[in-house]
Amino acid sequence: MQVNKDVLVPSTAPIANNKKAELLAGLKAGLPIALGYIPIAIAFGLLAKATGIPNHISLMMSFFVYAGASQFVAVNLLGLAAGYSEIILTTFILNLRHILMSASLNQRILQPAEKGILAVLSYGITDETFSVASLQKKQKLSVYFLLALNLAAFLAWNIGTAMGIFLAEGLPEELKSSMGIALYAMFVGLLVPSLGKSRPILIVSLLAAVLHSILHWIPFFSNLSTGWAIVLSTVLAALAGSLLFPEGGEKGE
Amino acid sequence: MNNLWLLVLGMGAVTFLPRLLPMILLQNVSLSPFLNRFLQFIPFAALGALIFPGILESTGNPYSAVAGTVVSVILALFRVNIMFVVVGGILGVFLWEHFM
Repeated sequence: MQVNKDVLVPSTAPIANNKKAELLAGLKAGLPIALGYIPIAIAFGLLAKATGIPNHISLMMSFFVYAGASQFVAVNLLGLAAGYSEIILTTFILNLRHILMSASLNQRILQPAEKGILAVLSYGITDETFSVASLQKKQKLSVYFLLALNLAAFLAWNIGTAMGIFLAEGLPEELKSSMGIALYAMFVGLLVPSLGKSRPILIVSLLAAVLHSILHWIPFFSNLSTGWAIVLSTVLAALAGSLLFPEGGEKGE
Repeated sequence: MNNLWLLVLGMGAVTFLPRLLPMILLQNVSLSPFLNRFLQFIPFAALGALIFPGILESTGNPYSAVAGTVVSVILALFRVNIMFVVVGGILGVFLWEHFM
């Protein structure tokens, strides 16, 4: 066990100092996400530009929608002249998984927390910020930590989008395709070290991957969108986990 | 152009609501132990489903994707800083595509 730095902060420290420390810790935790987001956001900007989406619409999408997969899909569908209702429905389905993440994260928040701050930080829930937040060792998370974490990721996504648009001719094709793996590599970096900690966690993650593979590759399920396939595999694997391993005990602290 | 604005706002609304509602509505609600256990498993299940099989199709070339995956898994097993896991994965793909 490493020495917990928080112990060094006297318990009588003014709240403002804790707030600042939590904000800094959040920014630090958000840095790898920011690094992962920038190339993807650049790719989004490039693709949107290549599809003929007006610059301000691409920028607004990153600001108001802020959901990687849905934005790529939306640009793709716009290129195919799909209807807006279909694009909005696909976006909705792709992002339903955030219900689970928001509910899961909610149980980890240090209370009392103001509803306004919760609303703002919920805006920044993504697969990546959620994963980084929920794999923190601390059982209870400060809203300031989460705000800063989510803000770092949000800024990187928006800055990256702008870079992609304005450097449109930029990257050579080879480097662009290499960067497609960036977010996945980050997921690997988050998940793999936790797998050794507990057998139930290992089994649940493997099960989710197997379920998603079945939904992905068996032709019978080919009508299922990626968004639904992820939701379904996640729910079924977590459900199987809570039925098979009802006892807690391997939680970090 | 007005229409595209509407599209973006519509997409924004259906993205924000699933993020917002559980966060606001579940505040100070204690969930049953079973539901808690379920929610504890969600991140690990989600990561499993997000990584695989998507990672294999992330570069447009399954071989370079595997190369990048192997590099990042090995780095992750050694628990190096996550940024190096990301950079290593990108390099793995890039070198494979460059030299293979």
